[in-house]
Amino acid sequence: MTEPESVVLGAGVAGAPSGGWRTATVAGVRRPVPRSVQLRLDVADRVDHLPGQHYVVRLTAPDGYTAQRSYSVASAPGDPLVELFVERLPDGEVSTHLADVVEPGDVLEVRGPIGGWFVWDGVSPALLVAGGSGVVPFVSMLRTARALGRTDLLRIAVSVRTLEELPYAGELVDAGALVVTTRESRGIRPAGRLAAEDLVPLWEPGQTAFVCGSASFADAAGRLLLGLGVAPRDIRIEQFGPTG
Amino acid sequence: MPTPTRGFLGRRRDRDPRLPPGQYDVGADWPVLTAEAAPRITPETWSITVDGRVESPTTWSWAEAHRLPPSEYRGDIHCVTTWSKFDTHFAGVSVDTLLAAARPTAEAGFVMATSKTGYTTNLPLADVTGGKAWIVWEFDGRPLPVEHGGPVRLLVPHLYFWKSAKWITRLTLLARDQPGFWEQNGYHDRGDPWRQQRYQGD
Ligand SMILES: Cc1cc2nc3c(=O)[nH]c(=O)nc-3n(C[C@H](O)[C@H](O)[C@H](O)COP(=O)(O)OP(=O)(O)OC[C@H]3O[C@@H](n4cnc5c(N)ncnc54)[C@H](O)[C@@H]3O)c2cc1C
Repeated sequence: MTEPESVVLGAGVAGAPSGGWRTATVAGVRRPVPRSVQLRLDVADRVDHLPGQHYVVRLTAPDGYTAQRSYSVASAPGDPLVELFVERLPDGEVSTHLADVVEPGDVLEVRGPIGGWFVWDGVSPALLVAGGSGVVPFVSMLRTARALGRTDLLRIAVSVRTLEELPYAGELVDAGALVVTTRESRGIRPAGRLAAEDLVPLWEPGQTAFVCGSASFADAAGRLLLGLGVAPRDIRIEQFGPTG
Repeated sequence: MPTPTRGFLGRRRDRDPRLPPGQYDVGADWPVLTAEAAPRITPETWSITVDGRVESPTTWSWAEAHRLPPSEYRGDIHCVTTWSKFDTHFAGVSVDTLLAAARPTAEAGFVMATSKTGYTTNLPLADVTGGKAWIVWEFDGRPLPVEHGGPVRLLVPHLYFWKSAKWITRLTLLARDQPGFWEQNGYHDRGDPWRQQRYQGD
């Protein structure tokens, strides 16, 4: 058995911007996908983000109790609004409020952008592997690539239960993303999980692989990539959503 | 106090007093959270080194570390991603034992923990001394699973769990604090769950 080579995990993209608490006014609320909400926020004195970064949303109750959660940015830095896409968890505290209660004109406290590791630099080739709502940071990367005229740099693979549940499905399919559905067959492909054969045609040496989704999806996708021979230092993982 | 958010009341007010603010009880689960793929490390090739601002830099092999006086932790752990896990049981050795052998010099005020993968996290020396930190190889009486940092991880249960570096191989004593991996990427330098020190500036 060979030992993994030692890797020094660094600061990610040098000088990734980060901002403090700000006030965001909800400019748009849409529900293009069941049990989810897409929020467009007008953030006061916004610090431009890099694709892959996230914001923290903080809610405050009348007695001063607060709850805060992280949400990846879906919009490109050039978009005048910050777009978030939130999956409503049945028992969730913050996602249910954002999905069920928030309306245009509401004011939210947000902090960001945050994160310097799970960030695409806009010039290097990347393989993006998402499970379900894990596509959100990749939508920002894709939109950034379009703005730069460099969509050739990105390869995208997405795993989701059904196409109807996939956030930004149209945009991803148009960009040539491979969409694997675990609960319905698509074309000649039967329902099933993302497999090594799916990633083989997308993987090229020199790519950074970004993996985003639930903890169990991220773990499985990380293992697939290692199995294909991707070096550990070329894999960046971000987990969110329920576990298991 | 920030202005209340329209329509938000907040949930789960009968909270277990062991739960720090903003955390939920994950129950029997133990989510695997990592920024990188898990390395496979065999115990025979693992070692831990204490170096930097110490009088005698020391390295222990797996067998040597297991001959040190055993020490265990029973209690709760808290992850910055908002889950907490109650009544965990870890076994290994106290960081105090390693430091007693390596003897930090008077200038040593901070520690950088480094893992086999190059992951780093920084801690004030005071947060890993006095029975507050361990290096552990057992969870609930079994070998620590690789996805949770096996064969050996750092355990600093009074801070958010990103401080408890998985696959630990080195503790370097420093005179000045330096940010580790997540700390360079926007997370708090200390990470006290009771003060919700999640991000820089909290
Ligand atoms: C960097 C990052 C980026 C993220 N980006 C996104 C994104 O773009 N979109 C997105 O939708 N999410 C994202 N997330 C996840 C998001 O931050 C929240 O975790 C998610 O919205 C759930 O929050 P909640 O308050 O609704 O649920 P919580 O109230 O935190 O509950 C979370 C889960 O735990 C369970 N739970 C809660 N309390 C208990 C209890 N007492 N016992 C047992 N189980 C319990 C709930 O059933 C639920 O499934 C991201 C997370 C991170 C870390």
